[in-house]
Amino acid sequence: MIELIAQNPILAALIALVGLSIVFGGLLGFAAEKFKVEGDPIVEQLDELLPQTQCGQCGFPGCRPYAESIANGDDINKCPPGGQSTINAIANLLDVPAPELDAEHGEESEVKTVAYIREDECIGCTKCIQACPVDAILGAAKLMHTVIADECTGCDLCVEPCPVDCIDMLPVAETIADWKWSIPAKPGQMIATDRRGEVSPAVQNEDAA
Amino acid sequence: MSRTWVTPGGVHPPENKHQSVTQPIGQLPIPEKLIIPLSQHIGAPAIPCVEMGQQVLKGQVIAQAAGMVSIPMHAPSSGTISAIEHRPIAHASGMLAPCIEITTDGADTWIEHEGISDYEHISPRKLIEMIGNAGISGMGGAGFPSAVKLNPGRQRPIDTLIVNATECEPYITADDSAIRERAGEIVEGIKILSAILDHPHHIMIGIEDNKPEAIEALAPHVEGTGISVVVFPTKYPSGGEKQLIYILTGRELPAGKLPADEGMVCINIGTTYAIKRAVIDGEPLISRVTTVTGDAVGTPRNYDTLIGTPVRHLLEHNQFNEQAGGRVVMGGPMMGFTLPSADVPIVKTTNCILAPSYAEIPDDEPAQPCIRCGMCAEACPVSLLPQQLFWYAQAQEHDRLEAHNLFDCIECGACSYVCPSNIPLVQYYRAAKGEIRQAREEKVKSDHARDRFEFHKERIEQAEREKEAKRAARREATQQAKADHAAAANGSAVPSAAPSTPATAAPAGAVPSSSAADIIAAAQARAAAKQASPEDQRAKLERTIASAEQRLKMAEEKLAEAINDDSGKQDKLSAAVENTRQKLEQSKSKLAELAE
Repeated sequence: MIELIAQNPILAALIALVGLSIVFGGLLGFAAEKFKVEGDPIVEQLDELLPQTQCGQCGFPGCRPYAESIANGDDINKCPPGGQSTINAIANLLDVPAPELDAEHGEESEVKTVAYIREDECIGCTKCIQACPVDAILGAAKLMHTVIADECTGCDLCVEPCPVDCIDMLPVAETIADWKWSIPAKPGQMIATDRRGEVSPAVQNEDAA
Repeated sequence: MSRTWVTPGGVHPPENKHQSVTQPIGQLPIPEKLIIPLSQHIGAPAIPCVEMGQQVLKGQVIAQAAGMVSIPMHAPSSGTISAIEHRPIAHASGMLAPCIEITTDGADTWIEHEGISDYEHISPRKLIEMIGNAGISGMGGAGFPSAVKLNPGRQRPIDTLIVNATECEPYITADDSAIRERAGEIVEGIKILSAILDHPHHIMIGIEDNKPEAIEALAPHVEGTGISVVVFPTKYPSGGEKQLIYILTGRELPAGKLPADEGMVCINIGTTYAIKRAVIDGEPLISRVTTVTGDAVGTPRNYDTLIGTPVRHLLEHNQFNEQAGGRVVMGGPMMGFTLPSADVPIVKTTNCILAPSYAEIPDDEPAQPCIRCGMCAEACPVSLLPQQLFWYAQAQEHDRLEAHNLFDCIECGACSYVCPSNIPLVQYYRAAKGEIRQAREEKVKSDHARDRFEFHKERIEQAEREKEAKRAARREATQQAKADHAAAANGSAVPSAAPSTPATAAPAGAVPSSSAADIIAAAQARAAAKQASPEDQRAKLERTIASAEQRLKMAEEKLAEAINDDSGKQDKLSAAVENTRQKLEQSKSKLAELAE
């Protein structure tokens, strides 16, 4: 037998290759079982990047469904609360060019807001409580409701169902505790006459354009 | 003399310290108003415990510590509380913060206070409590509550006590002059600290060699006490906590660790003086030594300033020349910040008020593009790569910034100082740190929102499931009942039907197994029961009428009120009144019917 193989190099090569493919095939098969990935990790990663306001402005009932949809090839520019930074982060993750925010789904707001119920006007209808995706509204039927500001994501889903229009979206005021320094103007953009360190309006306009 | 180590980087800016040490520490007249911010330290702001118009004595507690990491505030002089409101404070943002204002009476009457002299025989716990109650927080810059720093419960015993007398920043001489005049009390304070920390092996006072008078003043007091005065060459920034620890011990503090984790306590020399006053004299921290200097003030010198003194008061008593300067910086030229207005008060961490002339410290030159000279990397005392950090801060690449240890940056400003292109590097790092911190907070918040959303979804789904189950059960019951009914109607015609239970045997109310006949019977019984007790019914109706009358009265009152102040709610309210009235009439007619 060994002699026969030794005499036929083609046969020897064949046997060697078949042997190798069986070994590696087995190894790969084992690895596929052993290191099996549960679920779709890309959805998890996308969900991590989304702002979790659960506002539904993207047209999906919450951030996770939108993440799933992106994983299935949906556009990545439908999230106004996340804004351009979220789009950039998703584009970075998926390795695609970052588009502008789709204006159809709303505009990126500069300031964060939280819902506020004008309490003396509230009639206690519980409609906002049912609309709140994060259970941030406290109250009971025919009793006054109020928003737990720390839990509110500012999705404004409660504003529309209110029959007496007593819910306002108020901007979150900046406090000393969360104030932060701003990035200075880019070097080389100031002209030497701007001795006071401000950027001249011309340069700012140029920057914006 | 003990060995010292040399930190990497560092710069040698003009010291400009000699101007303000020509005169002894001065006293100022008590300002008319004192403004005490509730947050002068790291941790939770204090909670006011005084009322408007209340008379307070010097040293009286006006705000209590809020929790563990917090300190109380005391009245720096006697007077009346004239405001508890938001005021501009010494913060780079120029924003307002809660403050207590005291209109002083000039009498400066002390509250009763008493210290203890034999601190050696008192438990460390009691001493720490005294320090905490005296409202002492670190006076070097960060303002960390001292009682928390000294608190036991750490894993390692403290073997090294380092007293920071470096004062490396140009212009500032507050610690220098305090040591010259109060060396005895300072050493006493260090002895108290030593007693609290169970007499650590090494007690070192770290001081730069540009303060020979201070070193001389300390020498007689430390003799034979085991405290060593360690003198090392002047270099900025040697006074950072981590830098000083390295200079004195050669030990590098790992990123994100506190000195206590390594068995060390590092405390500012001004704080040791405050600790002496608190323990031995029983006086809370209500004043501190502050340097007033710069070419725009008449006589640069140090003052023993009451906490809460408006900066304007300091400047006015020192012939401040607004034309020459106009800018007022709190802190030194390297790490200080320009004050939004001179009305902000001195706080426990204010070591210097610098009013430079334009000739002395000109405005920042416009920044030029980076030429990659690498001088910033050579100057960095923490061995970071300022240039890399600058690029990443501009591009807002937070991951890269963290990978390059942005959070180890002590914001000393050495890189900006040496930059030939005048790039305000530190400002980039501060901004980037702020953004990263905010992003972290938002991440925590969004994770929390996700959890809540998922719980909400789960809850809704469960409610839906339960409803569906109930619906299915009911459907089954009706079908069963129908089948039973059919079977009963023509039992012989459908012999294959399941043997039905006799209608009378099924207990009333057990919905799934009861037959249609049962349901009907039960309903009739209920109706009969209702009919059977007209008394009950009348009572109920009367109750209804009474409450409706009450409601009607209230609604009418409200309506009258609304009409009076014309709030635009009349329509709604009058509709409500009408509604209530109708209901009342309905009930009345029903009652009449019943009576018949």
